[in-house]
Amino acid sequence: MENIKSVYELTKLKDKLQAEFAKNKLRVLVCAGTGCVAGGSLDIYAEFKRLIEAKGLNVDCELDKEDNCQGEESHSGYQVKKSGCHGFCAQGPLVRIEPEDILYTHVKLSDVEEIVQETLIKGHIVERLIYQNPMTGEKFSQEHEIPFYKKQLRRALANCGNIDPESLEEYLVKDGYMGLANAIIKTPEEVINDILESGLRGRGGGGFPTGKKWQFTRIAEGKKKYIICNGDEGDPGAFMDRSVMEGDPHRVIEGMSIAAYAIGADEGYIYVRAEYPMAVKRLKIAIAEAEEAGLLGNNVLGTDFSFHLHIKEGAGAFVCGEETALIASIEGKRGMPRPKPPFPANKGLWNCPTVINNVETFANVPIILNKGADYFKSVGVPNSPGTKTFALTGQVANTGLIEVPMGTTLREIVFEIGGGIPGNRKYKAVQIGGPSGGCLTEDHLDIQLDFDSLKTVGAMIGSGGLVVMDEKTCIVEVARFFMNFTQNESCGKCVLCREGTKRMLEILERIVAGKGQSEDLDLLVELGQTIKDGSLCGLGKTAPNPVLTTLKYFRDEYLHHVENKICDAKVCPALKVYQIDPTKCKGCTRCARNCPAGAISGKVKEVHSIDVLKCIKCGACVKACAFDAIEEV
Amino acid sequence: MAKTNLSKAQRSFEKVNDIVQKYQAKESALIPILQEVQEEYRYLPEEILTYVATALDISPATVYGVATFYAQFSLDPKGKYVINVCDGTACHVRGSSPVLAAIKKKIILPQGKKTTEDLRFTVQTVSCLGACGLAPVVVINDKVYGNMTPEAIELILDQLLQREEEGVN
Repeated sequence: MENIKSVYELTKLKDKLQAEFAKNKLRVLVCAGTGCVAGGSLDIYAEFKRLIEAKGLNVDCELDKEDNCQGEESHSGYQVKKSGCHGFCAQGPLVRIEPEDILYTHVKLSDVEEIVQETLIKGHIVERLIYQNPMTGEKFSQEHEIPFYKKQLRRALANCGNIDPESLEEYLVKDGYMGLANAIIKTPEEVINDILESGLRGRGGGGFPTGKKWQFTRIAEGKKKYIICNGDEGDPGAFMDRSVMEGDPHRVIEGMSIAAYAIGADEGYIYVRAEYPMAVKRLKIAIAEAEEAGLLGNNVLGTDFSFHLHIKEGAGAFVCGEETALIASIEGKRGMPRPKPPFPANKGLWNCPTVINNVETFANVPIILNKGADYFKSVGVPNSPGTKTFALTGQVANTGLIEVPMGTTLREIVFEIGGGIPGNRKYKAVQIGGPSGGCLTEDHLDIQLDFDSLKTVGAMIGSGGLVVMDEKTCIVEVARFFMNFTQNESCGKCVLCREGTKRMLEILERIVAGKGQSEDLDLLVELGQTIKDGSLCGLGKTAPNPVLTTLKYFRDEYLHHVENKICDAKVCPALKVYQIDPTKCKGCTRCARNCPAGAISGKVKEVHSIDVLKCIKCGACVKACAFDAIEEV
Repeated sequence: MAKTNLSKAQRSFEKVNDIVQKYQAKESALIPILQEVQEEYRYLPEEILTYVATALDISPATVYGVATFYAQFSLDPKGKYVINVCDGTACHVRGSSPVLAAIKKKIILPQGKKTTEDLRFTVQTVSCLGACGLAPVVVINDKVYGNMTPEAIELILDQLLQREEEGVN
């Protein structure tokens, strides 16, 4: 792309591209997010291209090649594009056709021919590929009508799934880089004021006001300042940042550039998890494109503001999500946190003043600069304005990536957007904020999700992972799972975190193995509180949260494990008890022959019985029985 | 495979030199250097760690400290097929444990090891791959398999093993 030398040129180019874009009659968007690619969406994309070309339809008239398009009446403008994540991952691979907004779900390679023939050429909808609500059977052909999307408000994710993430032109069509253009004609202080005015708070979990962070760094003394984007999304069960980096990489770059201009930085890093290779690839493409267009690098948009951006790939350490640990990792060291203060705003990367913000925080910045602080504040709640993305996963009908105004209730998210719990099972809890967060029970369904109200119930918004659990999930086992995770990821610096989490894990392992002791629960609480008090960074300070909140809300379940050796959800293998129903047993001896532990006895044609002490709970007898006579109780 | 006269170690160090040069032997580039070395050799051989330390003018202990801190680095050789079983929260509550058990039934690992003796398979769990919509997820050498069940993964492994047999013979 040609070099854009001024804000005027950028606006002119945008207008031109938007006019070109409007000419396109039909656009086929094939989701190329990690989820859909795993389902084969790249082959589907290739097949669309091949078929449309084979049928002689004018395909993929590139936006910038104006000469090819102008004056040609035959230019029907069929575009086939790879897009970023649509968010509705469980229904993938997804294909959307614009401008009708038709969404096809679970598309297979063999369906492409039919879509081309019926929808693209004849304009008919292929009924069997449209979304059907699994609960009601109701069918929806248009994306925005589907309940999963209808209740959402997509701002940070506005472009995800709507543009080709590998095309700068498409981002420009959607008003891309206009936030930067607006920022660059203001003074840095005015930009910071806009962010302060908007009330934007850090989306990585802490909820610290972004404008204040920028202000502190702006006034901090230092010849060189840095901007870092924290894309080390380590919470298991969260993938919001991945989707933004993969689906709309230019927005992250734009947000960072605005921040760099505001604080007076000329260099920045995007720290991306190694587990996200596609995000790395798309960001690299986007950086190269932006540099070529003069939107990044030396003399951005012809001004004397310069900003150089690098990508740092993480190497797999959850603690690097902590800002001081992340800085250490960029410096090439072990990613261990250090005490604060000094805060990164004063002494950050290589001891220079540094702003670290999360991916989603940066994704919100261009909106504020482009549409104003009031627009941003028009949704959400007073202390937590704007929207928040969540990764909705676990035992819920519609899993995927969502964005809702701050203050939306959990009930709306789980039951309206998420479509409820599959298989008519009962809602049990939502784990929010991953291994640092807490669980929200049925009593909390009407709580507003925002930074402050969650704190009152011992949970936190975290980065935005929402894992739904139903009655078949054992809460003690889940607590053990999280403790196992944080224990593994503890960097080992603080004794209380390193040793304390180990002891907590041992106790939890003992409980799920049926060897819990009556004093264990009190010991867990005591250890948990001590670890929280005595750890340096967020990892240790929050590691006991899942255990402490589940102990608070599901104490009975813990007690059943410890005292009665019963797992209510029938998950913990060591606590399973098998019984033979005497009315069903025919005495065929099959179970006894299949039992590897010799725990079943009984004579031929007489009712058999299981010796609980010998039973190793493998379940082989259940599978072997032809009369359904053996059951777990 | 064509064999050169250079010994294995010599060949190794040539590659390492290129990688170190690419990053101008900067200490701050230790992590990307180790990442590229690992990509080249599939693990971090001990003699190469020492060599990198000398090249960057830092102590071998510093290099070793970084190499053992991050989960991505492996000091043991990895198998030809690296099977990553996601055990993130979403995968866990949707049943990643039975899937892992099914894999371990097919691929027998030596006690306490993650890689088979013949260096064909490495089986490990990862915290989250961010493909939670497809939970549970298994990734075999960059190919993502979603909505896994013990039966489905067995089928995939059978096909893989069959291809391996055919390829070898």
